[in-house]
This record gives sequence, C-alpha cells and structure tokens, in this order.
Amino acid sequence: MSERAAKVTPADEEEQDDDQITDSAAPDAAQEIDAESETTPAPVTSGAEAVVRALENAGVEHAFGVQGGAIMPVYDALYDSDIYHVTMAHEQGAAHAADAYGIVSGKPGICLATSGPGATNLVTGLADADMDSDPMVALTGQVPTELVGNDAFQETDTTGVTTPVTKDNTFSSDSDTVGSDVSEAFALAGEGRPGPTLVDLPKDVTNGETDREPDAPSVPETYEVQERADEEIVAAAAERIENSNKPVMLLGGGVIKGEASEACREFAVEHEIPVITTMPGIGAFPEDHELSLEMAGMHGTGYANMAITHCDTLIGIGTRFDDRLTGGIETFAPDAELIHVDIDPAEISKNIHADYPLIGDAATVVEQLTAAVDESPEATKWRAQCQQWKSDYSMAYDAPEDEPLQPEFVVEALDEATDDDTIVTTGVGQHQMWACQYWTYTEPRTWVSSHGLGTMGYGLPAAIGARIAADDDQDVVCFDGDGSFLMTLQGLSVAVRENLDITVAVLNNEYIGMVRQWQDAFFEGRHSASDYHWMPEFDKLAEAFGAAGFRIDDYDEVADTIEEALSYDGPSVIDVHIDPEANVFPMVPSGGDNGQFALTEDQL
Amino acid sequence: MKRGLEGPPPEDRPTPAGRRNKQGIRIDPEVEATHEPRRTVISALVAHEPGVLSDVSGLFSRRQFNIESLTVGPTKDEDRARITVVVEEPDPGIDQIKKQLRKLVPVISVRELEPDAMQRELALIKVDAEDPAQVSAVADMYDATTVDSSPETATFEITGARQKIEAAIDTFGQFGIREISRTGTTALARGTEETAAAVNATESTATEANHDKPYQTANDD
Ligand SMILES: Cc1ncc(C[n+]2csc(CCOP(=O)(O)OP(=O)(O)O)c2C)c(N)n1
Repeated sequence: MSERAAKVTPADEEEQDDDQITDSAAPDAAQEIDAESETTPAPVTSGAEAVVRALENAGVEHAFGVQGGAIMPVYDALYDSDIYHVTMAHEQGAAHAADAYGIVSGKPGICLATSGPGATNLVTGLADADMDSDPMVALTGQVPTELVGNDAFQETDTTGVTTPVTKDNTFSSDSDTVGSDVSEAFALAGEGRPGPTLVDLPKDVTNGETDREPDAPSVPETYEVQERADEEIVAAAAERIENSNKPVMLLGGGVIKGEASEACREFAVEHEIPVITTMPGIGAFPEDHELSLEMAGMHGTGYANMAITHCDTLIGIGTRFDDRLTGGIETFAPDAELIHVDIDPAEISKNIHADYPLIGDAATVVEQLTAAVDESPEATKWRAQCQQWKSDYSMAYDAPEDEPLQPEFVVEALDEATDDDTIVTTGVGQHQMWACQYWTYTEPRTWVSSHGLGTMGYGLPAAIGARIAADDDQDVVCFDGDGSFLMTLQGLSVAVRENLDITVAVLNNEYIGMVRQWQDAFFEGRHSASDYHWMPEFDKLAEAFGAAGFRIDDYDEVADTIEEALSYDGPSVIDVHIDPEANVFPMVPSGGDNGQFALTEDQL
Repeated sequence: MKRGLEGPPPEDRPTPAGRRNKQGIRIDPEVEATHEPRRTVISALVAHEPGVLSDVSGLFSRRQFNIESLTVGPTKDEDRARITVVVEEPDPGIDQIKKQLRKLVPVISVRELEPDAMQRELALIKVDAEDPAQVSAVADMYDATTVDSSPETATFEITGARQKIEAAIDTFGQFGIREISRTGTTALARGTEETAAAVNATESTATEANHDKPYQTANDD
C-alpha cells in the first residue's frame, strides 16, 4: 500500500473494491490515474457530491449537524462518504460541538444545518466562534434559487443574518463552483486569524448536475496574511525588553491557535519573565510553573492583576484586550509600554495603544524576538515582588466540613482525579470562573470555554465536540451551571447514542449564580428572576436519557463519586449541590481598576 | 454575606501614577490630550459582487463609526467597484475603520485620501420660483444647471465640493427650498497617485499598522 498517492482518504481505503468496479466504467483519463494509485474516487455528478468531495479533500473526518429539507442533497452525498456525521439534538449544539472540535484538533470543525430555523439555530454558535476566533465551517441548506427572496417555506436570508458573526460567508449560486466555495471557506476558516465561515447552499445548486471537481482549499487572492513582523520594530521591542525592569508576558488565545505555546514558554523561561494569560490563553503556559501568575482580568488572580497593573513592559501576544481583561482602559497597565504581537492588524491599538506593533504569526514573531533579545532584563526585584503578591493574594479558600460544599473543592478534586491532558469544557457563570481559577492547566487545547460571547449552554455540546476530537486516552470533563446545563442538555441524547465518555459536573446552586452574585453586589440583593428553585434532579434526568447519574451533597461523597463517574464508560452527570451562596472572588467590577480587585463582598 | 479571600485590601495597595486616555494611549494626566474627531475621505476598492455594499455598511453600523456619506459605483475594471466613505472620527477611529475594512474578504484595498484630493458631490435642489430672475442669479453664482422648471418651482443640479453645495443650499434658502437630494461625496487622488490600488494591499496594511506614525491633529476640510 506504500505506493499509494499522498491524498488517500479513509473512504478510499475501505472502498477499494468498489472503486475498482467503478474504474472499469470510468473515462480514460481517470483510468490512467487509477492505474497508478487505485484511489481516485468516483467523479462527482452533483453539486452536493462536490460539497462532500471538498470536505474530504480538506481532510475532514467528522461533522456535526441536523437534517432538513434544504440540506438533504448534501446529507445524501454524505451517505456514501467516510466522513463520520454526528447527528445532534439541536443545531446550536452542532455549532458548539464543531467549535470545540476546532479548538481541540486545531483544524476547522464542520457543522451542517438546513435552511431557515436550522440556519438561525446556528447563529449563537457562529457568534461564539467568531468572538473567540475559532476555526469552523458552517454549511447551510437554502431554498431553491428561484424561490430565494420570496419568503418561501423555511427561507431566511442566511448570509444576511450571519454576516456580522462570521469571518466570511458565501451564497453559492452554481453547481459547478459550489465545491470550490466550500474548499475556500475551509481554507479561510483556518488561515490567518481563524474564524467561522459559512456557505449557503440552495437546494437546486446542490441537486444540480456537475462534473467539476472542487479546487484545492485556498484563500482568495484578496486575502493575504503577514507572517513575519517588521524587523526594525522587532529590534526596538527587543531593546525595550532588555532594558525593562518589570516585564510581563500576557498570552492570549492567539498563542494557542498560532501553536506558539512552546516558543512562548522557552522565551519566558530563558529570560525569566513572569507570565499572565487571558481566559482564552489558559493552557498556553503551565500554571504550576514558578513564573506563572495565571489569569488576569475580572476574575483573574490578585497576583496577575497586581503584576499587570504595575509592569513597565507588557508583551501581549495573541490577545485582543477585551474589557473583561483590561477593566477600565484608564488604569490598565498605565505605566507599561506595550509590545503587541497579533496576526490581525485591526487588533493593534484597537483598545490599548501599541508602542511596538508586531504584526505576524505568533510563533514566527516570538522566534524573531527570541533571536533579537540578547540580554535578559534585570528583573530580580520584580520577580520577588510577583512571588510576594502570589503569597499575599493566594487563592486558598476555606472549606469547613460542617458548612455547605464549596465549589472550589469540587473543581480541585476533579483536577486531582484526572491526568494533566484532561480537557475541560464549561458553561458560563460562576462555575466557569471556578473552573478557571481552581483547576491547574498545563497544556494548550485543554481549556474549552466560551470567552468573548459568554454563551450559557456551551459546555455539554462543546464536550461532545471535544470528545470526538480528543485522543482516546484523554478525559473530557464538563463543568456546568444548573442554568447553563438546562439550556442545551438535550445533547445528552447524542452523548448516550454515541457512547461518549464524558463527565459532566453540574455545580448546582439553584440560582443562575453569577447573576445572583451581581444582584447581591449591585442591586441590593433583589433576586429578580435569578432564583432557580425549580431545577430538575439532574442525576435522574441523566438516567432518563440513558446516561449514568450521580449526586453529591457533602464533602465525604466527593472523592468516591468522582471516581465512579470518571470510571463509567459513557456519559455521566454528577449533580453537585454546592453552597448556593458561594461567590467568585477576586473580582474587578466592570470598568474598574484591575489593581483594585475586591477580595470580599464589602470591598466592592 | 459570604467571606472572600485573604490579602491586603484595595486601600492598602500601591497604585501606579500613569494613566491612559479613552483610546488606550498613555498620557500625562496633567496635560490630558484627547483626539478630536476630524472629517476624512476613505476610498475602498472592492470586488464587484453581491453583498459587498451591505458588508461594508454593516461594518460601519455595528462598530458604530460615524459615517457622513457613502457612495459606490463601478470602475474601469468591471470586476471592481469603488466605495467612497466620508467619516468623522478621531484619528484612532479612522485607523480602525481602515483596518476593519481591509479585513473584509471582498475588499481589495483601502486608502485614506489626502485633504487635497478631488472631492465632488452632486445635489438636486428644488426651490420656490416666485422670483425667477433672482433665483437664476443665485444659480449662476454656483454654476448650477436648471434641470426642471414649472410655474411654481425650479430644480437645479449642482456639483462641487461639499462646502460649495452647502453654501448654495444656504443661499437658495432665501427663496424657500422644497426638496433636496444629495449623492454624497465621491473622490479621487490627484495627479498620477492611485486612489486605492489593487497592488500591494497587504504590504500597505502591514506598514501602516506597523508604523507608529504620530496622530495628526484635528483638521476639517
Ligand atoms: C445564553 C445566555 N443567556 C444569558 C446569559 C447571562 N448570564 C451570564 S452568567 C448567567 C448565570 C449562569 O448561571 P448558571 O449556568 O446556573 O451558572 P452559575 O453562575 O450558577 O455557576 C447568566 C444568566 C448568558 N451568559 N448566556
């Protein structure tokens, strides 16, 4: 088999015999190619087949979606493909699963939906991927071209609706080019700053005849990405680093997407520069390393927020300076000169003015910086100061046995019971913050959460996508809130059908807790619509779906139940009844000064 | 009330002396310098394909850029259209507009025109024509062409820079203006300079964003 062409797809390997049968009927040119490789698949005959061929050519192995009238031709073509399609219970879940798949695998995740409601159900997932720059391709069915614009059954102006929440989208209008449209969308999703792309597929276009094979994935001519930063600015930035006394590296999600974690680690360790991450940057640097100050921002650690406020040189890599990170602009790193590395020129000086703008691929630019910096900064005092802050503002918490179960304890217990490469997904709320703060992340692509959009309900479908992308021996744990879980828990049916080994820990406080926390702090404790005392029993609900259900009420149940849930081969749900009044600290109120984080409620 | 974490409270922590302004630029808090909005013309060469105008206008509305006028039309190359946008923003906002426009896949190149670029707008002005002689005297003053007249009204076409059109509208005001329709500004760079060329689009993006040129001060045309 070694003489096979490089382009072997899984489909070809298994359907070799079928191919040979087809070969005898194929035209001469095709026969010649086949004689060499025996792997050329049957020529495409329809737009839908071209769509699927484009995905196969791009190396796609999995897709997530829901059937429907307008997308049926594509699903019909998928029937003959070796792409493994995971049927989801809701299109929002398909989008989140594809998003998480993209984060974990580093290749664009694929989701499919029909026209109208199918497409609009994808919108939240698209917006989420767009905010977090996650590579993803959405393929939506559309009513036949002649009905477009007529308010036909299940018609929505999908490209119109999704323009603000996609990196790029296309209405496909020709069976001959529809395959190439999909190839291009795939290339665009992953190239440069990644993001979600969408191809809208009218039914007549996918049903239409064509023998045109799709072009190889490539981005349009007008889309060019700068890989290397300007050497002059690199040199100036290097000089700044050498002369700084209080340097800090701030690693964002772009470090992970740009596969720059290794280069950043080496740079930080070589020059002994303390490292902070943003929330999407979690995993870019090992949190158990001495130089790590973990995450800064609204619920970042006190030490990270002190360091970012007092540094004199901030090396920001692959971060967009979101307001949850910066707090009020006025007081953000006010004494620091900013060296900003980003592949997207529009991020430079968007929120925080960059004194040294370095446009380029994170890994490449960090290598440029590595080559340019000759001397390490003189920062012994600064490092000692950072260590002092680490002990002053340590993330230690009280967990008295006779009081209600504290959520931090549960997060730490699960962390201890699992390996370092375990993937964590979350919903949005307090539980998400505890999962950031009290789990020790050491590897990139193990933290999968909704950062920029903050989408409740992200956790379970993301765990499904992550599970499918992950290695078999990697654990997948989802921390969810009761409110968040309730938003997309129909995905449990998918996890059961596919027998996906995931463990969901619902940190159940019978509140939409983060809202309750804000109401306590800023609305005089008026719990308007945040009290969720009507929550179902999630362990029983899990069992109703066919998953394993567990419940924890007390400290002494934690270790054993976690052990049982983790060892269950399939989806399990632990309904963890935590202290309903537990709140997340430290906290920088929105627009506040990072250095003035509150450690207790009365400091707000 | 729940207890929180340990550590020195906010009032016991040192705070740095520096400050940034709203645009994230470090400033001397003693001499606060904010950027005043200025009016400028941005020209974008785009692929002449369906949806590109809504991509561009959607970008402006969702990022809340203050747009004064937007015109679009074909170019000598039938696959390309030119979009001319007049905006009023502080310098950092103008930079953002250019960078965000360049990010759109169908956008080929984007340039901010120099203040001396040729800028023209067309307006149709319909006035009461009770005093035809005086009306036509004003029309002459602004090189306006009569495009329609009736016993009660006269409609003029006038082209020129925005200030000229505004001055004309002011002066016509004395007769009573019934209706106005304006096209918004279209513009080209002077001489051999190219307005927004297809070549070296990325190179210019990179150099512009990379080179930290000092921001200009407010400057109205
Ligand atoms: C789809 C969606 N709707 C509303 C919100 C606003 N929101 C942010 S956090 C939060 C509470 C989340 O509650 P829960 O999932 O129970 O988690 P907890 O905070 O209790 O851990 C809400 C309602 C959101 N982020 N996403």
